[in-house]
Amino acid sequence: MTSAKTELEGFVAEVVDRYGRDRRNLLQVLRTVQDQQGCVCDDAVQTVGQAIGVPAMNVRSVVEFYSFLHGTPRGQYDVLFSDNIVDRMLGKEGLMARLCERLGVEPGVPRADGRVTVDNTSCTGMPDQGPAILVNGLALTHLTPSRVDTIADLIERGVPLQKWPGIYCEVEDNVRRRDLLLGTPFIDGSGIRAVLAQGPDAVLDEMMTSGLRGLGGAGFKTAQKWALSRAAAGHEHFVVCNADEGEPGTFKDRVLLQGHANLLFEGMTVCARVIGARRGFLYLRGEYRYMLELLEHTLAQRRRAGLLGKGILGTEGFDFDIEIHLGAGAYICGEESALLESLAGKRGVPRKRPPFPVTHGHDNEPTVVNNVETFSAAAKIAANGGAWWAAKGTATSPGTKLLSVSGDCARPGVYEYPFGITIQEILDDCGASDTAAVQVAGPAGQLVPKRDFGRKIAYEDVATGGSFMIFNHTRDLLAVVRNFAAFFAHESCGFCTPCRVGTSLMRDLVEKVATGNGTQYDLEEMKHLGKIMKQASHCGLGLTAPNPVLGSLDKFPEIWTEKLKSKDFEPAFDLDGALSEARALTGRDDVHAHIA
Amino acid sequence: MSDQQTITIDGREVPFTEGQTIMDAALAAEVYVPHLCHNPEFVPHGSCRLCVVKVNGRFQSACTAPAAAGQVIDNSSDEIMDMRRTLLQMLFVEGNHVCPACEKSGRCQLQALAYYTGMLSPHFTHFFPLRRIDASHPDVVLDFNRCILCELCVRASRDVDKKNVFGITGRGINAKLIVNAASGKLGDTGFSVEDKAFHVCPVGAILPKHKGFEVPIGERLYDQQPISVVGDVAAHDEENAHA
Repeated sequence: MTSAKTELEGFVAEVVDRYGRDRRNLLQVLRTVQDQQGCVCDDAVQTVGQAIGVPAMNVRSVVEFYSFLHGTPRGQYDVLFSDNIVDRMLGKEGLMARLCERLGVEPGVPRADGRVTVDNTSCTGMPDQGPAILVNGLALTHLTPSRVDTIADLIERGVPLQKWPGIYCEVEDNVRRRDLLLGTPFIDGSGIRAVLAQGPDAVLDEMMTSGLRGLGGAGFKTAQKWALSRAAAGHEHFVVCNADEGEPGTFKDRVLLQGHANLLFEGMTVCARVIGARRGFLYLRGEYRYMLELLEHTLAQRRRAGLLGKGILGTEGFDFDIEIHLGAGAYICGEESALLESLAGKRGVPRKRPPFPVTHGHDNEPTVVNNVETFSAAAKIAANGGAWWAAKGTATSPGTKLLSVSGDCARPGVYEYPFGITIQEILDDCGASDTAAVQVAGPAGQLVPKRDFGRKIAYEDVATGGSFMIFNHTRDLLAVVRNFAAFFAHESCGFCTPCRVGTSLMRDLVEKVATGNGTQYDLEEMKHLGKIMKQASHCGLGLTAPNPVLGSLDKFPEIWTEKLKSKDFEPAFDLDGALSEARALTGRDDVHAHIA
Repeated sequence: MSDQQTITIDGREVPFTEGQTIMDAALAAEVYVPHLCHNPEFVPHGSCRLCVVKVNGRFQSACTAPAAAGQVIDNSSDEIMDMRRTLLQMLFVEGNHVCPACEKSGRCQLQALAYYTGMLSPHFTHFFPLRRIDASHPDVVLDFNRCILCELCVRASRDVDKKNVFGITGRGINAKLIVNAASGKLGDTGFSVEDKAFHVCPVGAILPKHKGFEVPIGERLYDQQPISVVGDVAAHDEENAHA
């Protein structure tokens, strides 16, 4: 056995030990192995599999599921450009081309000397301060041509990331409007004290009174979810926070995690008391890796303050602690059952439902999965009472909502509004003028035309998890749809037929029309394909993936029809292009070697 | 709860017992619900989506949806059949399925369902993926071109054979079947023709070596009767595999 292999085995054994030899920590182990080794090579796959007790094949299949894990080496510097449409509007494509040119690399291909890779990734959650990139997993914001040049130089000189200018890695909060959640005081521990003083039943009643609904976007009644989980029989109950804020254009959880983590952890602890959980997990999207130390520090502080750990606030038997699990680049893991699979160290494939997580969640035990914003609101409701929350918002959408506003406006950032605010009021507040359309709720949501700007943000009207991307009249809305269609094809987990195949077929049809090769027939094709995906898909990803295409065909038909060729039918392949290989082989390029 | 509860599939009353899925109840009553990834010997999977039916107006996969009293189920309307035909077309263009040259022709569920739903062409643009054939095993050839990712071999090898020979890797359109060997070759696994996993493939991805076309095309299972009458190919394993 070579010494390199022995060394690898020793390292892997140490990492696997650190994670308790628990196969549920496979994803965390693989992240750690890659951080040190640069990739998870074939030997590492075999070694990890043996050490943690999982078939090597299954280790490989996990590596090949997550965008941030690699089976072959990337560059020593792995640079990923956030490819959200708003980053593009801020100049991402030009900056990426500039960096590639400076460094002499092709996108996605490691440089021959192994120094650097430049590639794309889905939205990194920074469109309010883009264009944004990740370098070796850490977030950089406000990219400019001069910064790109400096970064190229830093990479060429091999300067460690820790020694890059600190300002490159600054992530601003950009909170522009505060209300109940961000604008009222909160004393750490007051939510927990309330549940200890009043008891879980009383707090559940307050939650019911508040009318709080899942603020991740789905809108399920939080009190009902907690009550169902509490009533479910199990060996153990779990609290899981969904911090996999992956919907392009959403970044409000980033602000809550970065500046208000105590509120979130308090909400999870209140939930633990209500449902009787001893363990909780924060599933943090890989793009937010830069916050990990800060969040671990906050957890440690809370343990010292008696707000977490054994005997919370001196209460015998009230034991609860929180572990942070990092994701690794998979939008689908924002779907709660896929998140639970990922939390168990597996591929993030959504589960069959029923059963639901409230009865069969983590470890198949009763589990509450809530979004960051929902737990944060729950902490304040526990402290202030349900009526306090219900006093704002609408009858069916009580309270407030954080919106992540980006795109064509003077003041992008996080805005907290009572539910019921109109789209026009938001546009006025953020300094948007000449607006043509707003994409509400991300690619899975809807493109709202100007005539509908009087509509309200609320579950009963325009529902959203928080993404609010603004496009003015100079923007090519078809470019928006192309970006979204490519996004869904990239992020489909591949489990079910309609989503796995349909998202790629849809992306290709959109490209065909957008590049001027489509006809009315192709538009009908897209409608039919979208309908089938909505009927047959296994989870929300496939069910919503056709929305950008179907919505724009309905609300903005002109962006499609102006691209059409007049003929009824155009072949999907380029006849002349198909001859290019023959031309190259024969060295011909004369007029007879082409089909017009 | 009594055993007298019923659901209605295409106007026909079908009894069910507590805990059964719509598929369970339909199979027991010999009502055909098209499917590829389902095999009653295994835990339902719900990935091929061919069995999606309309239950009280909502689309659900019959193999995973619990049967509940009073459900009114559409299993054969034009809308449902159009959806199924389109899903089949997706599967056909995703892989490389060349029926006239395939040893499984005539006892392939993908082909049989294409006939059943009246699929006349693959319709969509072919992906033409480059997939290699694995002939490393002495008795079995693995043709990834024909794999439809139903995961029946994955489940059979894991849950029945306890060998974990097969798995799925990749994501999205790049999802693919792999085998558990450092070399990636079936010949380097403990796979055997005695394994359950050898006998569950609904298409021609896992085939025996050393014989071919022993039953002439035209005389095979689905050449005689439609899949809606004779059901899954795996249920006819004996008469077919050794014929």
